[in-house]
Amino acid sequence: MARIESAQVPLPTCAPSSAASVPAATAHPRHSALVRITHWITTLCFLALLVTGFEIVISHPRFYWGETGNVRTPALFQIPIPASRHLVQTGYGYVLPDQNGWSRYLHFQAAWIAVLTGLLYVISMLFTGHLRKDLLPNRSDLSWRSFSTTLASHLRFAKPSQQEAWSYNLLQRLSYLFVIFVLFPSVIWTGLAMSPAFVSAFPATVNLLGGQQSARTLHFFVSLALLLFLLVHVGMIFLAGFSSRMRAMISGQPLTHKERT
Amino acid sequence: MTNPASRKLSRRKLIVGGLAATAGVAGLGVAARIAQKYGLVPPDHGGIYGLGETLTYASQRLLTRHSLAREFPKSQISQPPFANEVEPPSDQFKRFQAGHFADWRLDVDGMVARPTSFSLDQLKSYPSQSQITMLQCEEGWSYIAEWIGVPLSHVLDVVGALPQARYVFYFSIEPDTWETIDMAEALHPQTLLTYGMNGDELPVGHGGPLRLRVPRQVGYKNVKFINHLTVSDNLKGFGKGLGSASADAGYAWYAGI
Repeated sequence: MARIESAQVPLPTCAPSSAASVPAATAHPRHSALVRITHWITTLCFLALLVTGFEIVISHPRFYWGETGNVRTPALFQIPIPASRHLVQTGYGYVLPDQNGWSRYLHFQAAWIAVLTGLLYVISMLFTGHLRKDLLPNRSDLSWRSFSTTLASHLRFAKPSQQEAWSYNLLQRLSYLFVIFVLFPSVIWTGLAMSPAFVSAFPATVNLLGGQQSARTLHFFVSLALLLFLLVHVGMIFLAGFSSRMRAMISGQPLTHKERT
Repeated sequence: MTNPASRKLSRRKLIVGGLAATAGVAGLGVAARIAQKYGLVPPDHGGIYGLGETLTYASQRLLTRHSLAREFPKSQISQPPFANEVEPPSDQFKRFQAGHFADWRLDVDGMVARPTSFSLDQLKSYPSQSQITMLQCEEGWSYIAEWIGVPLSHVLDVVGALPQARYVFYFSIEPDTWETIDMAEALHPQTLLTYGMNGDELPVGHGGPLRLRVPRQVGYKNVKFINHLTVSDNLKGFGKGLGSASADAGYAWYAGI
């Protein structure tokens, strides 16, 4: 019913020209309910993991390579921040309060929820066509020309076209695929490789990474990559139109009720 | 959008959703009972982090009950092994130290057929075991050492731990320093009452004269200066009943992660 009505209503004069393809799509949400729910659960978990991960790191802000590392062995690098324990000499002359208890509890709980949510998302995308339709680049877009055009418009901070409110562009698709299938699996792997009980059953998890301290260092860098993605992602949302992108991910409708009617 | 068709659809969705939710809750109830029966629920399962802790502990018990901690070649032993600082020793400890720990006792009581007080020499007379394993602190640092001692399972055999035992408490001579492990960990072949390190006596800095090594769990489960074990079928009566001083202080009881 709604679709027929909206097709009959003349387009408002202020609508951009490309909006012709929009009304047909308004009957469907921009993002499916499953995508929206898993997106926000993952967001909450990631923020919890980020904060608690930082809290855990500040108890020993030194990083190593190989199997072992402690204050008596040379460090790969040390983050120049104050620490929450007094083992590491930071030069600040004070020790921050220890927050590791709840940080570790919350870190592992958020990891569990994020992993289960991620599994639900990845398994469901195989059935719903989300992977094929929304994430895998269109064949026509897989050209150097198309890639450089999209990249150039991003580098100019150009406002995205109306079309992009309804579909991911090539760079978005590639970066989401990278986050889902490279960064998240890597952060899970490097995390598990630090668990003494897990690696007792699956020693290859840590041996392939070159040792437990290497796993810790890699976990830190993959987390930084995910943080970088988060910052760019949020920046892009502001650039593309904060309220429309947020509405699309919350209610599924990029346009307000007024804009739709 | 408020036509009867869509309202009917949402009612159907509501019923299906309600049934699914009820089945889910009932399923969770059954799962909780099964988990409890097979010892898959950690003592700190309550509270807001209980879900994560229970998932971790249950998965580890299902996946890694018998797996062995990684052992390393001699060449990978940390030189020198790093000793985390300890509180200044109490006068009581200093007296034992002055006598080269000749009078140190390990009292074992609780659900055992023969409560026993062991001297270090008695413990050393049992078949010894050595392992080159990593000790990793929850802070992030680690080292590898050779640990020499008697498997806890052997001592539990000697005292005749009763079949209904579920946990082993282990207490340090230092106040408020105690932990528990479940029987899977207590009977694990690498869980060691350690009195030697790298071919020598276990240094005081590393917990000498007696430290419990639980190589599949992080540092704080590896309590130093052990002088008392209690075998039990529950965790009540000590601290907040969470099974360890660390858990009372807000750290996870199960530290295998």
